[in-house]
Amino acid sequence: MTGSQFGLFGVDPWWLVLLKVVVIFAMLVLLTLFTIWWERRVVSRMQHRIGPNRVGPFGLLQSLMDGFKLALKEEIIPKDVHLAVYWIAPIISATCAFIAFAVIPFGPTVSIFGVQTPLQLTDFPVSVLYVLAIASIGIYGVVLAGWSSGSTYPLLGGLRSSAQMISYEIAMGLSFVAVFLYAGSMSTSAIVAAQQPIWYAVILLPSFLIYATAMVGETNRAPFDLPEAEGELVGGFHTEYSSLKFALFFLAEYINMVTVSALATTLFLGGWIAPWPLSLWEGANQGWWPILWWLIKVQIFIFVFIWLRGTLPRLRYDQFMRFGWKVLIPVSIGWILVVAVARVFRDQVTLDNSRLLIGGAAAIVLLLGVSWLVQWRIDRKAEARQRQEAERAAATFDPMAGGFPVPPMPGQQAALGSRRASSGSTIVQERTDPPPAQEAIDG
Amino acid sequence: MNVYTPILVLGILAFGFALFSVTLAGFTGPKRYNRAKLAAYECGIEPTPQPVGGGRFAIKYYLTAMLFIVFDIEIVFLYPWAVAFDQLALFGLIEMVLFIIAVLVVYAYVWRRRGLEWD
Repeated sequence: MTGSQFGLFGVDPWWLVLLKVVVIFAMLVLLTLFTIWWERRVVSRMQHRIGPNRVGPFGLLQSLMDGFKLALKEEIIPKDVHLAVYWIAPIISATCAFIAFAVIPFGPTVSIFGVQTPLQLTDFPVSVLYVLAIASIGIYGVVLAGWSSGSTYPLLGGLRSSAQMISYEIAMGLSFVAVFLYAGSMSTSAIVAAQQPIWYAVILLPSFLIYATAMVGETNRAPFDLPEAEGELVGGFHTEYSSLKFALFFLAEYINMVTVSALATTLFLGGWIAPWPLSLWEGANQGWWPILWWLIKVQIFIFVFIWLRGTLPRLRYDQFMRFGWKVLIPVSIGWILVVAVARVFRDQVTLDNSRLLIGGAAAIVLLLGVSWLVQWRIDRKAEARQRQEAERAAATFDPMAGGFPVPPMPGQQAALGSRRASSGSTIVQERTDPPPAQEAIDG
Repeated sequence: MNVYTPILVLGILAFGFALFSVTLAGFTGPKRYNRAKLAAYECGIEPTPQPVGGGRFAIKYYLTAMLFIVFDIEIVFLYPWAVAFDQLALFGLIEMVLFIIAVLVVYAYVWRRRGLEWD
């Protein structure tokens, strides 16, 4: 694995390394500017608006101009901040966002000014682990920003963000195990090469779905954008940040979005390798074309991010944490076991008809047993709920319990007051709220 | 050149850019003093006084962090096993199943003791 695979990495001349670094840096900044504009346009269309279309062709320069404008705005540093940490937090966030991208492959080996080099900054035997590690360090930026602001909302937002990110990082990490198991490597270029006949998104679909869910939680995007739930926490961890410090957090968020999309492309959608109808053309996987396939795949993920934001309402925090800990984690561990057992059986046990029959029968019996157990639990829960409701209904309802007026619980009957009863009006009036307006753009 | 050197170069560029942006705003933007503007933002009301160092917060966050460490270490064990899976084969599978069962016992215990409930 190492010798031939890593022969092309770590041998670039210094000018080529510099060139790649500058190109990757510029690409990430441009992708961020493009994604912000693209998100605003797409969400606008989904809400029957037009979106930014004034600055430059189609409004393409909008995000760049917003950046300039932020630089010319007053930088407000509240008096209660812990100054050193307050300054360092956005730097940590932005730096980690940039360097996590270093191991993403976006093309095959090409010749640049006569030097054969892979279109990837660097690669080593543990590069996916490296991405996870850098993502973990990036969380420091968030939690330190919240802590150092000396304000209630940022502190709560920072704590929430970090709890959310570490919870979903577990599900994310577990979804990679099946990929490593198939690829036999943790290096991104080797994983891309291992997907030559078929994508891992197809053969490891559950892993892919778990990763796709976890990456939305990991990047704090809607419908999992609880750290900046405006109704509860104002702006979350960056409430007290303004001007370019705020812009850096914004930049980091969008670069992280690009990075997780690129990682999803690398691990599950075959990286830069051309998809089926294109792969019929022989030159599809050579030269500079693969960058285009890679970019299209990444853009598909980014579009899904935007689509989710335009479609789904935000989850409640306890539901969100429950989903991460009680659904994603056990499902991914179970799936890892299924993949591992299947692989050992495929390699070691020769299947004949009688064994297949016995195995099939055992699986059916197991399934029946599990479904019976699940049904039994559901029945028991329903019974308990019915009993509880009956008890509650039987209990007399005190509308002034504890000295405060309280509404009746389901199943309870409110006693009609004399005044209301005589006028004959209903006690509970249905109120129809207008649907809450979708946010236009994050603050 | 080492395979890790390019990361350092990218890191220096990103760090320089971030440092530049953070410093720049102090020079380009206007500065107008206003006492209310420098107070912590709490939607216009008088801000809650904050104890030094952030004060106390819910134990749930600490618990989540501890559980994270348990599972993160599980992941760290799973990765090398997954990479070397074809060499370890059945032996590795049995060992790993035993390990996962041990972690699942902890997981079931935490679940049972309502450690995974948020409210």
